[in-house]
Amino acid sequence: MSLPLRLLLTVPRSARRGEIIEVRALAQHAMENGLRHDQNGQVVPRDLLRQVTFLYNGTEVFRADLHTGVAANPLIQFNTIATESGVLTVIWKDDEGRDAQTSSRIEVS
Amino acid sequence: MKVSESRRDCLGFLAAFGLAPWSGAFAQADQAQAAIRALVMDARVRAGRVGLEIPPLVENGHSVVVSLQVDSPMTEQDHVRSVHLFSEGNPLPGILTAYFTPRSGRATVTSRIRLAQSQRVWAVAAMSDGSFWQTSAETLVTLSACTEER
Repeated sequence: MSLPLRLLLTVPRSARRGEIIEVRALAQHAMENGLRHDQNGQVVPRDLLRQVTFLYNGTEVFRADLHTGVAANPLIQFNTIATESGVLTVIWKDDEGRDAQTSSRIEVS
Repeated sequence: MKVSESRRDCLGFLAAFGLAPWSGAFAQADQAQAAIRALVMDARVRAGRVGLEIPPLVENGHSVVVSLQVDSPMTEQDHVRSVHLFSEGNPLPGILTAYFTPRSGRATVTSRIRLAQSQRVWAVAAMSDGSFWQTSAETLVTLSACTEER
């Protein structure tokens, strides 16, 4: 139904090779679960981000499926090993399979 | 005595058909258990190895920070495949599923979830060796999420 308005992806600017780093992604999205009613008693249509995937230089390192129990403006925080300098990309997919993405650079020494 | 017994019989009868007066739009404990069953199939689910951090007292069920960590070396041979979070008291049991790889280094995930009422939340971890581990945590919710009017 709708894609997130704003995306944030927080990755350490630099890391040592082999270090476990923390990655945090935030999306501005209502995550309507299709169970709520508006003032006129109409059901607010379901509108969810269903999946979030993280790529490290193109290789998937983490993925999550989001269901109705995830709060609005979803936050996902996880760990990954800093293997090489490059780009981390987060891809959010909505109910209709459309996606929105953003990237952050990391320097690994 | 006779009266209370027949009332109990009556409620039991209604409950058997899912018509119990106290069952609202919310998922029940058995729905969460059914979701876990559907995930693990015939495998045994052991207690332990999974850590579920959730505030015991939640003032606002719209956004509750949960942290999951699984005790695992995270090597190619022995790592956590996925962690599944289920609710016993939300309209639907599914909350979140996280998929890890050996490149995760540490099997942790933090997110924000909705809680519609005071309830028990379950976390089930699927390991690369095919074993399943679970834990649960009880929370008390003051302001509920999900079904309120806006």
